[in-house]
Amino acid sequence: MHGDDNDSDDRHDDVDFDMSEFLGLFVEEAREHLQEMEALLLALRVETVTPDELNRIFRAAHSIKGGSATFGLHGVTELAHVLESLLDLLRERRLVLTTDMVDALLRGSDMIGAQIGAHEGGPAVDPAEVARLCACIRGLADGGAAPVPAPAPAPAPTTVRAAPAARPIGVEGVAFGFFDDDDDDEEARDASGVEAEAGAMLRTAAATAAEVDPTSTSTASTRDSGSAGSAGSTATPAIPAAIDASKPAGVATSAAEAVPAAAVAAIAVAASPPASTTPASTAPPAAPVVASAPAAESSSIRVGVEKVDQIINLVGELVITQAMLAQGVQSVQGMESVEGGHARRLEMLRAGLEQLERNTRALQEAAMAMRMMPVSTVFHRFPRVVRDVAARLGKEVELKLVGEATELDKGLVERIVDPLTHLVRNSLDHGLEAPAERIARGKPLKGTLTLSASHQGGNVVIEVSDDGRGLDRERILAKARERGIVLGEHPSDAEVWGLIFEAGFSTAERLTEVSGRGVGMDVVRSNIVGLGGRVEIHSEAGVGTRMTVRLPLTLAILDGMSVACGGETFIVPLALIVESLRPARDAIRTLAGQGRVLQLRGRYLPLLSLRELLGLDAPAAAGEDPAAHGDGGDEEGIVIVIDSEETRLALRVDALLGQHQVVIKSLETHYRKVPGISGATIMGDGRVALILDAAGLGRLASRQRRERATAVPSAASAAPAAPVVAAAATPCGDSNRSMSCAIPAMADHAASGARPSHHPLPSAARPAP
Amino acid sequence: MNTTSTLAAAERASASAPAVAAAAAATGMLTFRLGAEHYAIDILQVQEIRGCEAVTRIANAPRSIKGVINLRGSIVPIIDMRIRLGLPEASYDAFTVVIIVNVGARVVGMVVDAVSDVVSLGPGQIQPGPAMAAIDQGCITGLGTLDDRMLIVLDVQALLADLDAP
Repeated sequence: MHGDDNDSDDRHDDVDFDMSEFLGLFVEEAREHLQEMEALLLALRVETVTPDELNRIFRAAHSIKGGSATFGLHGVTELAHVLESLLDLLRERRLVLTTDMVDALLRGSDMIGAQIGAHEGGPAVDPAEVARLCACIRGLADGGAAPVPAPAPAPAPTTVRAAPAARPIGVEGVAFGFFDDDDDDEEARDASGVEAEAGAMLRTAAATAAEVDPTSTSTASTRDSGSAGSAGSTATPAIPAAIDASKPAGVATSAAEAVPAAAVAAIAVAASPPASTTPASTAPPAAPVVASAPAAESSSIRVGVEKVDQIINLVGELVITQAMLAQGVQSVQGMESVEGGHARRLEMLRAGLEQLERNTRALQEAAMAMRMMPVSTVFHRFPRVVRDVAARLGKEVELKLVGEATELDKGLVERIVDPLTHLVRNSLDHGLEAPAERIARGKPLKGTLTLSASHQGGNVVIEVSDDGRGLDRERILAKARERGIVLGEHPSDAEVWGLIFEAGFSTAERLTEVSGRGVGMDVVRSNIVGLGGRVEIHSEAGVGTRMTVRLPLTLAILDGMSVACGGETFIVPLALIVESLRPARDAIRTLAGQGRVLQLRGRYLPLLSLRELLGLDAPAAAGEDPAAHGDGGDEEGIVIVIDSEETRLALRVDALLGQHQVVIKSLETHYRKVPGISGATIMGDGRVALILDAAGLGRLASRQRRERATAVPSAASAAPAAPVVAAAATPCGDSNRSMSCAIPAMADHAASGARPSHHPLPSAARPAP
Repeated sequence: MNTTSTLAAAERASASAPAVAAAAAATGMLTFRLGAEHYAIDILQVQEIRGCEAVTRIANAPRSIKGVINLRGSIVPIIDMRIRLGLPEASYDAFTVVIIVNVGARVVGMVVDAVSDVVSLGPGQIQPGPAMAAIDQGCITGLGTLDDRMLIVLDVQALLADLDAP
């Protein structure tokens, strides 16, 4: 499939259409190899470099070369080959590593990345630049070859020359089947005189190379088993060639050419004998080659997502089981009847469980890490998107990608593509100005669009920013009035920008092919919210717009605070909790017909009672509570301040229980979506706890308020309001009025005037899984 | 917990039951009791039978939804059949069991007073039910007679419809 275009070095963009499916695989693999190569290179210390490090880099380059040759990406093959040659000399200790070389190698890997990117629709790579880099690296290889510590300096440069000479062969041949060059074999056989021991060594070395090659180049062998097979079979004639090669030093140069470059292992051995006079000394260079080759296939493994998910699910079950055991032991430990020897055994059991907890947690993290993918898999598509859209709009745009290595869950990677594409298109269309307008405003002709990703706390933050004209506040407000959307008198910027996420809201002056139909931004937001994330806009007129998408690291696990309310346990995502406190009685006010608010450091937050919202019973233990069914029931408990979407709210619960990492389970699989609840999890005792959805609770509250307002005229809420309002006359609002409740047990005592808690905090208050 | 053992017992009971005439087209039915009434559902939709256990209540759910349980890692809703079918509520006792049914991809538990039997009913033994005000027509496939008992044959799929209601 590629042997027929061996004269087409210049057609390096030309890939058969039906290969595209496999090309994708190759590109994916090549990127992995490049990433590994770059990481290794960056970690290299010139002074303390080990052969192992060099071997690993070599193998990465080698694999890229193999794959690219299979797919006829000759530009990549050539460059990879040059890199590989230099690395080969380095790992053979024929050259001493210098910082220049590391730089050159890094530039080489960047260039290969760009070349592969070009095949994926990225900006084209200038062939002249590639040629310059190749020449530079070859120069390093040649120049550095002189101080080789070998006693006979002559063969070394020959080998170096042999490598580049082999390049055209590499291009025309199959992945690694360079053994099958008959002419060279002839040439090799012409050499005379055999040194027996060296020959024997070579035979094994060549045989190993022949054995190892087809497997270590799995990319080639899986895609084109025919050619890999031929590489294997043609390796047999190469063995006599290699034996021939071990003739006296004078002819060994031709032998080095005979078994050319790609048969790396063979070359290494073939070139070695002339460099040393006794066969014994050929052993050291041969050893690492033989040892390293089989390791090449173990660097990564391709596994189906469902297998990984199964492991993650099982680990989740394991975590639950572990928690269950821990709880069991704890309850036994609390019993008074445990004595003497039993207590000691129990202590052992507890220690074992602690160990189990650590291991389970580590296992869980490792399992979760398997699902993590670099965000670059999303970003890769954007150079193409930007180029196409910009061309259609007649704009000049430079795309900057930042933080591509940031990792996030595979499920998120797949589902963030559409919203991000929309944001990027939106920025290109509405954000960035046309070139003429930019010049008129004194901006550079080329607009800049930056896509960046980073980890912030437990979140992945992806930003799409442009240096365009920014959002037009007045136009958005006008549009809002037109559509009958009511805002406050002086809406904040955040409120105004939030309007563009409303359904059917578009301020585009004209509809374009790209965007402006008002379909999309609302979908973008609902998609992102659906992923447990949120999107924010920062915009400055004339300077630019930045859209920030915050996503959880993973969809499967959540750090949560468990709270008790109405006899049930709920999980509040820890990321949403700002603080928890036991408010002083007079910090709570009522608004006629609007429920209650909590005054906190001078700010008023809507105060929602989880019990009322979810229609839960009064706590079973609070039988003597006289006001459990009225507003008074809310005097108990703790308030959690939650940061949801745009607003903050305070949520009244009965008690805080503890901090957990919980495995998120779907309610929708067998039931349906529940307002105010984002999912469920299974607690240590095997019971189900629901995970609260702050935004949903807010919506639920306003819906209930509306329903109440239509059903019952405000009378009900007005009566109990009076005394509270009176109490509010005393100045308050300082933070010292509300006890911060990071340590809930302390707050129990601290809350002045509050009755003793009906919910003594269970031992679970300490962090548990 | 009396999970699958109950089912096994029920199956044994059915094996000893007299053979039914129209065996060729007969369908296996699991019968259960709610108050004094006997109901039957297609045995193929039954996944397992469990004892009654504590549920986690769900906010703003229909009254018949008692809550959800953890069924080996899945979150499964539990329907009280008495409430669902408009019968007077009963307190749960030792015989109260949960029939876990599997319809489509959905797994749901149904609380019933007791599981009685597994029987075979041929199409000839099931006749369309009379219009009854107490029970929505949609849930009843028909009425069957076995020995002296009247069996109310339920359509599980239709029973679960209110899980999807907003």
